Amino acid sequence: MKMQSAMLTSISDTLWRKPNLLILLLILPPALWLGIIYLGSLFALLAQSFFSIDEFSGVIQYELTLKTYGELFRPSNFDIIIRTVVMATAVTIGAAIIGFPVAYFAARYAQGKWKPIFYLGVMMPLWSSYLVKVYSWKLILAKEGILNWIFESLHLSWLLNAYLAIPVIGGYSLSVSATGTFLVFLYVWLPFMILPMQASLERVPHTMLEASGDLGARPYQTFRHVLLPLALPGVIAGSIFTFSLTLGDYIIPQIVGSSRRFIGQAVYAYQGTAGNIPLAAAFAVVPIILMAFYLWLAKRKGAFDAL
Amino acid sequence: MFLLIVFVWIKKLRHLVVNTGLEAGPKHPQGGSLMKNILKSSVAILMGLSFAGQTMAQTMITEIGEGEGQVNIVAWPGYLERGETAEAFDWITSFEESTSCMVNVKTANTSDEMVALMNEGGFDLVTASGDASLRMVAGKRVQPINIDLIPSWSTVDDRLKNAPWHYVEDMHYGVPYMWGPNVLMYSTEVFPEAPTSWEVVFKAMDLPDGEPNQGRVQAYDGPIHIADAANYLMFHNPELGIISPYELNEDQYAAALDLLREQRKIVSRYWHDAFIQIDDFKNEGMAASGTWPFQVGLLQGDNTPVASTIPQEGATGWADSTMMHAEADNPNCSYMWMEHTLSSNLQSDLSVWFGANPAVLAACTDGRGMQTAEGCTANGLDDFDRIKFWTTPVSSCESQETCVPYYRWVSDYIAVIGGR
Repeated sequence: MKMQSAMLTSISDTLWRKPNLLILLLILPPALWLGIIYLGSLFALLAQSFFSIDEFSGVIQYELTLKTYGELFRPSNFDIIIRTVVMATAVTIGAAIIGFPVAYFAARYAQGKWKPIFYLGVMMPLWSSYLVKVYSWKLILAKEGILNWIFESLHLSWLLNAYLAIPVIGGYSLSVSATGTFLVFLYVWLPFMILPMQASLERVPHTMLEASGDLGARPYQTFRHVLLPLALPGVIAGSIFTFSLTLGDYIIPQIVGSSRRFIGQAVYAYQGTAGNIPLAAAFAVVPIILMAFYLWLAKRKGAFDAL
Repeated sequence: MFLLIVFVWIKKLRHLVVNTGLEAGPKHPQGGSLMKNILKSSVAILMGLSFAGQTMAQTMITEIGEGEGQVNIVAWPGYLERGETAEAFDWITSFEESTSCMVNVKTANTSDEMVALMNEGGFDLVTASGDASLRMVAGKRVQPINIDLIPSWSTVDDRLKNAPWHYVEDMHYGVPYMWGPNVLMYSTEVFPEAPTSWEVVFKAMDLPDGEPNQGRVQAYDGPIHIADAANYLMFHNPELGIISPYELNEDQYAAALDLLREQRKIVSRYWHDAFIQIDDFKNEGMAASGTWPFQVGLLQGDNTPVASTIPQEGATGWADSTMMHAEADNPNCSYMWMEHTLSSNLQSDLSVWFGANPAVLAACTDGRGMQTAEGCTANGLDDFDRIKFWTTPVSSCESQETCVPYYRWVSDYIAVIGGR
């Protein structure tokens, strides 16, 4: 008993004398987690992309080569990258345009019990299963779905058909068109845009907006020169979510859309189905590079200065 | 989600270690590159002893021991039923009760998915089609089967016993499971009579209801669909000289791709998941598509106005075999299952359920399940010779000097779907 307490005392003395040791001990588990599991798996992925595949048996050849990265620039693969980036950009811009007024209203005008109701309204879609949401959208957008029915009842089918006749964004029905994919992406990722925006808008002091008005700024000028710059960190944070989530998703474009591949699907197809892990890994590196570039650009634009 | 990613990558790492360990040895005496060694050692430290059980079992089993309590099977959707989708269709429960081997099923939607799952490991058996089986034999992912341990082997259809998609170098790598055609499904509201040609899904045209087929047809979302185009050209463009739709030289292959590019313009969605296709025939007003009899059966069961046919060009088809992983953890239960596939109600009831043909001819007639002789004829039992069975395209092919190999089919088909 005595010996045990002596040992404990000496341990606590050591820790007290060397505070750095204590910090090291405390920080070691999360550091190991981050270093080995998180970064380790990432580097394993990067390493895979420098291998290549034996084309018949599908067995990977473990010799360093850049051949796999070269394959990314084949027109068909490069199309996939461009298609995904354009979609991610469109979804991000769409989410910002739709999300901003919603977040603004929630931050400024929702009072009392309306505030939690607003939060619930935005978050509720996140609680239901992702797959259920996507499948129900497939039904909503289908040729014989509710949206078509509404257009028909309003005698506006010609409008929808004219829209669907536009190449690239149109198609046989909304559920097999790029527009359909866009709408579902927009719906699914919108909360990730609204919530950070709302948080940043709440922190904008309303005295500033009033001061701007007092000094003769028109509402647009107040928005452009006062509100937007102050809320920009939230917009950027939201856009990082929507952009990166769209870049990586592989389920939505498989269920809704024209079957043209996105990066996530290419990764899934090459890794999961063709066994071409090197090419899948090379594809997976693309969003990492894109996001790094995006963050660098955002930083250069001063988006993080206000944080 | 994050945990899942980590998990997947640990699995990949494991795969990597196993592979480097095995492949690097005899082939590269120097011991491989630095990167390989770094990966190997770091992973070895990380993963410790957890993979100590990994051994390469290349030799055949000579006797069946006690069951291990479970068997893990990769299968096509609809292939392994335990009465959960429809109560009458159950061929797993009786097996589990009599052998105490619990059956764990992982479904895969394409042959490529099956090969990938088997490459990953952790499974005992796979119901592989001919376009997957030879790849797995070449990749040493499956082990030879000792047919002496399967008493019902003698009942297998003679046309399948030594079929080239599982019988390699005098060794059996699989037990025939089920075969059938890729039929043309059509909406009976659009077609009062069955279409006589695959043309309706390949070329832009007006269908009998007066509307164009653009947007109302689908095609299979797997590179093997190139063979369907080749099969069509075999009939309509004999000057191309195609002998087998799986053995195409550069010119024939280019012609098939051109046909598929034309098809891209009229296809609204490439079907990948059988149940999404079923939904599309219900809610998207689809008129025609190549499909498996499985979807036709489910749609008809749901009173959707569809029917199926094998048009004049013949059809591609699949012939599946149960194959056993080279490192199967549960070999005894696996052998018991293979015997079960041939001797139980499986062959008969599955052929009704999937609209396919049993590998055991007696299953059509001996009343072990629901199938009848008429049912087998309706499923195309007598059309064996009209069906070109899925096989993996390889560069050294029998019918001509060199053929376009499968890896190009994969990337080119992705390009065609992307509109290139």
